[in-house]
Order: sequence, then C-alpha cells, then structure tokens
Amino acid sequence: MDLNYSAEEMAFRDEVRAWLKDNLPDALRYKVVNYEELTKEDLLRWQKITAERGWGAPDWPEEWGGTNWTIVQRHIFEEECGYAGCPPRIPFGVAMCAPVLHKFGTQEQKQRFLPGMYNGDVFWCQGYSEPGSGSDLASLKTSAVREGDSYVVNGQKIWTTWAQHADWIFCLVRTNTDVPKRQQGISFLLMDMNTPGISVRPLMLMDGGHEVNEVFFDDVRVPAENLVHEENDGWTVAKYLLGYERLGTGNTGASKREVLRVKELAAQQSKNGRPLMDDPRFRDRLSRVEVELMALEITNLRFLDQMRGGRAPGAEVSLLKIRGTEIQQALTELMLEAVGPLAQPFRSLRATDFDQHTASIAPRYCNYRKTSIYAGSNEIQRNIISKASLGL
Amino acid sequence: MNFDYSEEQHLLAQSVRQFLTKEYTFAARQAIIESDQGYSEQVWATFAEMGLLGLPFASDVGGFGGNAVDLMPVMEAIGDGLIVEPYLASVGLGGQLIARGGSQAQKQEILPALVTGQCKLAFAQTEREARYNLAHVACRAEKTAHRYTLEGEKCVVLHAPCADKLIVSARTTGPATAADGISLFVVDRNAPGVTLTPYRTIDNLRAADVRFAGTVVPAEALIGQEGQALPLIEAVVDYATALVCAEAVGAMQFANDTTLEYLKTRKQFGVPIGSFQALQHRMVEMTIIFEQAKSMTCLACVKADSADADERRRIISAAKIHIAEACRHISQEAVQLHGGMGMTEELKISHTFRRLTMIAQTFGDADHHLERFAACG
Ligand SMILES: Cc1cc2nc3c(=O)[nH]c(=O)nc-3n(C[C@H](O)[C@H](O)[C@H](O)COP(=O)(O)OP(=O)(O)OC[C@H]3O[C@@H](n4cnc5c(N)ncnc54)[C@H](O)[C@@H]3O)c2cc1C
Ligand SMILES: Cc1cc2nc3c(=O)[nH]c(=O)nc-3n(C[C@H](O)[C@H](O)[C@H](O)COP(=O)(O)OP(=O)(O)OC[C@H]3O[C@@H](n4cnc5c(N)ncnc54)[C@H](O)[C@@H]3O)c2cc1C
Repeated sequence: MDLNYSAEEMAFRDEVRAWLKDNLPDALRYKVVNYEELTKEDLLRWQKITAERGWGAPDWPEEWGGTNWTIVQRHIFEEECGYAGCPPRIPFGVAMCAPVLHKFGTQEQKQRFLPGMYNGDVFWCQGYSEPGSGSDLASLKTSAVREGDSYVVNGQKIWTTWAQHADWIFCLVRTNTDVPKRQQGISFLLMDMNTPGISVRPLMLMDGGHEVNEVFFDDVRVPAENLVHEENDGWTVAKYLLGYERLGTGNTGASKREVLRVKELAAQQSKNGRPLMDDPRFRDRLSRVEVELMALEITNLRFLDQMRGGRAPGAEVSLLKIRGTEIQQALTELMLEAVGPLAQPFRSLRATDFDQHTASIAPRYCNYRKTSIYAGSNEIQRNIISKASLGL
Repeated sequence: MNFDYSEEQHLLAQSVRQFLTKEYTFAARQAIIESDQGYSEQVWATFAEMGLLGLPFASDVGGFGGNAVDLMPVMEAIGDGLIVEPYLASVGLGGQLIARGGSQAQKQEILPALVTGQCKLAFAQTEREARYNLAHVACRAEKTAHRYTLEGEKCVVLHAPCADKLIVSARTTGPATAADGISLFVVDRNAPGVTLTPYRTIDNLRAADVRFAGTVVPAEALIGQEGQALPLIEAVVDYATALVCAEAVGAMQFANDTTLEYLKTRKQFGVPIGSFQALQHRMVEMTIIFEQAKSMTCLACVKADSADADERRRIISAAKIHIAEACRHISQEAVQLHGGMGMTEELKISHTFRRLTMIAQTFGDADHHLERFAACG
C-alpha cells in the first residue's frame, strides 16, 4: 500500500497550482471566498478561461476537448480548483448535459451543443424537479405531446438553479402516461429558454439570494430533433446523469479552503483576551471536522483507485455526497460560532456605510442547509446505500 | 409541585396568541419587516393596551409586578409568531436595568412611558472584542464636574434604531475587562455625539452599531453606583436569557408542529413522507429535545429572579446550554424534513430557522455557558 501521489501526479498538481495562480482572476476569487453572488458573466468567464487552456472539460472524450487525464489527475484538478477558490463549474452544461450527449446524443446534437458548453458561450440549467416530484422524481408530470415534428410541452419545474441566466434547459418530461411503471414514458428533452411559452419566476432562498426558480411551460413548441435518446426511455438517461451529478458533491478541495477560513476567523476573534483559536473547546470541534475531512479525502482516493481499475461508480458516490455535505455544513456552523455576536448583522439599511466582513457568514450557513437536500437528499442517499450496497 | 400556568397567566397567554394569530399573520409580518421602521407602532400600542409592556414592573409605574414565569407564556407567543418588535430589548433588558438599578427619578421618568408604549429602550453593551464576556467594556465614560463624556463603540445593539433611549455600559475606571469600574448610563438615542450605523439582522430584526464621540450626559444619567454595574448587568442578562429561552420554546414548538404537519401531508412515492421510519425517528428526536428544552426553560424562568446569584447563574447557564443545542438541532432538522421548501423565504419555517439560529448564540453560546456552568462548581 502506498497512499502517496506518484512523482508524475505531484508534478501535475504543481502545474495546475501554478496555472491557477496565474489565471484565476482576483475579482472572481474574491467573490467566491467571500460568498458573494456570482453573475452569469462571472460563471461563463471562468469556463472560457479554462477552455482557452484546454481544460474546459477534462472528462470529455478527447475529440471534443477532453484532456485524457487519469481519474486521479481529474481529482487533483478539481481539488486544486476548489482549494484555490475558483467559481464552481456551471455544472449543468459541461458536467451534466454533456455526458448525456456523449453517451446518448446524435452526432448532430453533439456538434450543435457541445462547443457552446465548452467555450462558455451557452448557459444551461436542469429541469428535473417539480412541485410534486422531488425525491420521487419518477412521478413527474410535465407533459410533452408529439404534434408533427414538434413536442408541445405543458407543466412546471421548480428549484431550477440559475434558470434566470439560462439560454437552454434540459428537462425530463412525460411523453406517455399509459404505462405500467412510472419510470417508463419519460423523455429527455432540450429546450431553448427563449421559446415562446416558457416563463421563469424567481424563488428567493432564506439567505436572500436568487439562485433557484420556478419554470412554467405553457404550450411550448419544441422541435422533435431536441429529443435525446429514445422517446419514453428518458429514465435511463436520467439515472446515468444522477451518478455524474453526485460525483462532484464531495468538494474536499473547497472544504480544505474553508477550514483555513475558519482558522483565520478564529484567529481574529478574541475570547477572554486570547484568540478564539486557542480555546480548546472550539479547537477540538474544528479538529474533529478536519479529521473527518481527512477521512473523506482518503476514502475518495480509495474509491478512485478502485475505479481506476475500471469499476463504475456505484453507491459509494452516495457516501461521498453524505459525508462531503455534512462537512461543508459543519464548517459553516463553526464559522457562525467563531464570530459569535458579529454573525447577526446582515444587510445595511443605507447603501454606503456597511463594513461588516462577518455579515456573509450567517447567510452562508443558511444557504448551505441546501447541500443535504439537493442532488438527491441525504436521506435518499442513505436509502440508495441501504438498497444497492447492503441489500436491505 | 405545579408546572401549570396560573389562571391569569393562561388567560393572558391566550389573549396574546389570539391577537397575534389574527393580526400578526406571516403576511402581516412580511410587510412589517419590509417597512422603513422594521417594526409596527400599532402592534406596539396594542402590546401596551394589553398590559404586556408593564407586565414585570411595579404598580407605582403602571405595571403589574409580574415575575419571569408571568412573562414566559408571552415570550413563547413571541417566539411562535416571530415578533420583531423590541419587547425583549425594552421590557426584558432596558426596563429591568432601570427598575432594578435606577434612581426614583429615572424610574418615574422612563418606566411609565415604557409601560404605555411611549418610550422604547435598547441595551448598548456588546463590543467588537467582547464576545460574550459581560465584563469586557472598553467604551469609556470620563467624569468632569457634573457630567460624563462617553467615548467608544458598541456593536449589534438590537433595536437601537427605534429606541428612544439607550442604556449604555461604559467604563469609568480600570482596564477593559476588569469586573470593577463598569457604569451604566441612560443616553438619548438622538443626543449629540451618538451615531448609529443601522442594519437588518439575519433574523430580520433591526440593530445598529453605535458610536459615542464626546457624548455628554449629566451626572443624573448614571444608573446606580459608579463603577459597580456588573452584578446588575449580569443579573438582568440572566433574566433576559431565561426570557429568550422561552422565546425559543415558542419558536421550536412552531417548528415541530409545522414539520409534523408537513410529514403528514407531503406525499412522495405515493405515501406521506411521515410514513418513512427514517423520518419518524427524526421527528421523535425533535420531540424529545423539545420537551427537555421546555422543562429547562421552566426551571430557568422560576430561578431567573433568585436572590442566590450562584444558583441563578448555574441554572440559567444549564438552560441556555440545553436551549442552544435544541435550537440548532430542531431548526436544522425542520428545514431538512421540509426538503427544498424549507429553504425558501416564502415559508415561515425558514424565518423560524433563522431566529433559532440566532437565539442559540444570544447572551452566550453553548460553549460560553458550559464554561460558566462548570465554574459554578
Ligand atoms: C438550492 C437548491 C437547488 C436545486 N437545484 C435544482 C436544479 O437545478 N434542478 C432540479 O431539477 N432540482 C433542483 N433542486 C431540487 C432538489 O433536487 C430537490 O429539492 C430534492 O430532490 C428534494 O425534493 P423536495 O424538495 O421535493 O423534497 P421531498 O422529496 O418532498 O422531501 C422532503 C423530505 O422527505 C425526505 N424523504 C423523501 N422521500 C424519502 C424516503 N423515501 N425515505 C426517507 N426520507 C425521504 C427528504 O429527504 C426530505 O428530507 C434544488 C434544490 C435546492 C434546495
Ligand atoms: C437485559 C435484558 C432484560 C430483559 N428483561 C425482560 C423482561 O424482564 N421481560 C421480558 O418480557 N423481556 C425482557 N427482555 C427482552 C426484551 O424486551 C427484548 O430483548 C426486546 O423486546 C427486543 O426483542 P429482541 O431481543 O427479540 O430483539 P428484536 O425484536 O429482534 O430486535 C432487534 C433489533 O431490531 C430493532 N427493531 C425491531 N423491530 C423494529 C421496528 N419495527 N422498527 C425499528 N427497529 C426495530 C430493535 O430495536 C433491535 O435493535 C430483556 C432483554 C434484555 C437484554
């Protein structure tokens, strides 16, 4: 057993680090590490910068711009990006819709959509969840009825992240209601957000941020050529994609950066005349989270090592999601505790005179409650492990 | 032994709840927190009419001589309804400091006006470096002839923007953390040399950082003896801690009730999500934690006025440890069991979540009170 990166892997890590140091714009990094809302332009800008380097979509097939990195290299890249404070990759295009197109799309679809994703020209969002269909995704009702060479779509999606920015949406829609199993009769459809009949309503989250939306479809005519894979077999596509969605949720690189942030805050705050960092109670709780993060990181590598041998990601992805999000949440809680009474100020009543660098911490804590809910709630992840791994 | 509210306490609680249910709906509250002032004068006037503002004060200032247990059901209702008016700041903190430490003249000037809703108070105590240490007061008051001049800054002074008067702790002698040398002053919020930086808090209250620069107050503004205010501050903060525990109980009761309702009505996989045992046990745990927290709050309110300061400290800290942990657990679980809905501004539970998050750290977090409890022996 040798748990170290090889010399080549270390060299690769240094290369990524150096590149990030030179190419991650300070303005973007500043927003990320201070939990400021990123604009559409910010998100696309980072995609463009990575694309120019040829690192816009490491896991794609080489012919479309993939890097042919090993699974460990890909992990290193993501870790380093998270640690450096890069904006999140806009997951919906490059990381979610694209793998679907690679596997199920026609050559025409690939040519039409992949370059825009890669180059950061087109912004995508994901239309899966509906008001009545969250954890129970297969119960979705938004309907698409074939009329000539179009589908006519009616219904509603909810929690659609960044729909307000999106140029395109990929949706699960019901194309057949007359089926024995609900999973049958679902199709995977791509829609231009500018199509008449699509409207977006913001849903404000409790941290005051606008990141999710409701999307309404009212007699929306979608060209039939935007169907991916076979009609009524969209569930196969959806399941394939869910594995990808959960793969990125461990976020150990970003959590390592947040550990440093906790330490920084705890060094600035004083408790009984000494830095809070010297307080054994606080210090112990932080150490426990650090140890938990270490365990997750090594577990992640152990699974990657197994996957390197060719095994497909299985229920272990659920484990990474559960522990990864628990750690992220624990870190936001430690920050909240670190700043104590200074966590309460939120928004200025005048535009000019608000200098509370601690004011982003409570909103962050609130916002991060989402991590155990989205991308398959942690309860659903436990159900998956229980069924798929343990046979219960 | 008797854990029940008296007939009077019960009736008052009932009328408060009736009023709030009717007039302080979630929509009405949204309008209040978005208003310029951030609270409702009308609600405040009704609180005065109902006798809530005079509840703990003596009859010679128009009050009813109630104790912390009398306030407990009121605070529960406030927690349930997420009331943003400055009840705790005026009645639980500022009014108490005057009632317990003030001169006859100060009492007569301020308390009758407080009871009738004409005067609101805020307690300017916390400082940037102080964390939860009440003895940490760096703000200074220099005595010259028959006046004091205040210099320094207080932060997160809850409800300062609407307060008529601030009760300010400032140091007349000694280094920043000495127990001796802390004095209390009544300062007009509009006095020259007082500057507010107002803001909204994460739980939708109004607060401000307050600067004192050459703020001159007459000698009569001093509350109690010069340099000897810490025991009074400590006693009043303990009293207010018991009250905020009761507010938390009201908020947690709401969180549990609404989550239970959601488990019974929200369907996924063709059944109510409450039929999943994984969630049933979570709800049961929330219920157990709530019952324990409520018991500790009863204890805290009964002992909040205890003459034995050691006993009072020990019990208030024990209650706050329990409440802090219960606030965290119940608020987090309530949101989680609501799924995405729990995250939205549009649902009350996310507001309750934020209030509970802040109460967990108000007047000291669990760590602070663990240390204080252990130090009581
Ligand atoms: C910030 C945010 C961003 C999101 N972005 C997107 C997006 O871009 N696109 C998209 O399509 N969706 C998105 N979602 C939706 C997300 O995937 C759903 O919220 C999630 O699937 C849970 O569904 P729900 O909210 O309807 O909760 P419900 O499914 O109603 O769940 C409520 C509670 O019941 C639990 N539960 C449900 N079923 C079971 C069971 N069988 N056993 C045990 N417990 C169970 C859940 O874990 C949860 O605690 C987002 C959500 C959030 C909060
Ligand atoms: C020291 C001791 C003293 C005892 N004294 C007495 C006595 O005086 N009189 C008497 O009659 N019995 C007595 N018992 C027996 C005791 O009541 C049983 O052990 C108990 O009811 C559990 O039954 P079991 O051991 O068959 O475990 P099982 O019922 O087989 O349970 C195994 C595990 O499954 C869990 N489980 C079972 N059903 C469910 C469910 N529906 N949902 C979730 N989890 C579930 C259990 O909690 C347990 O963890 C005693 C047992 C012990 C250990």
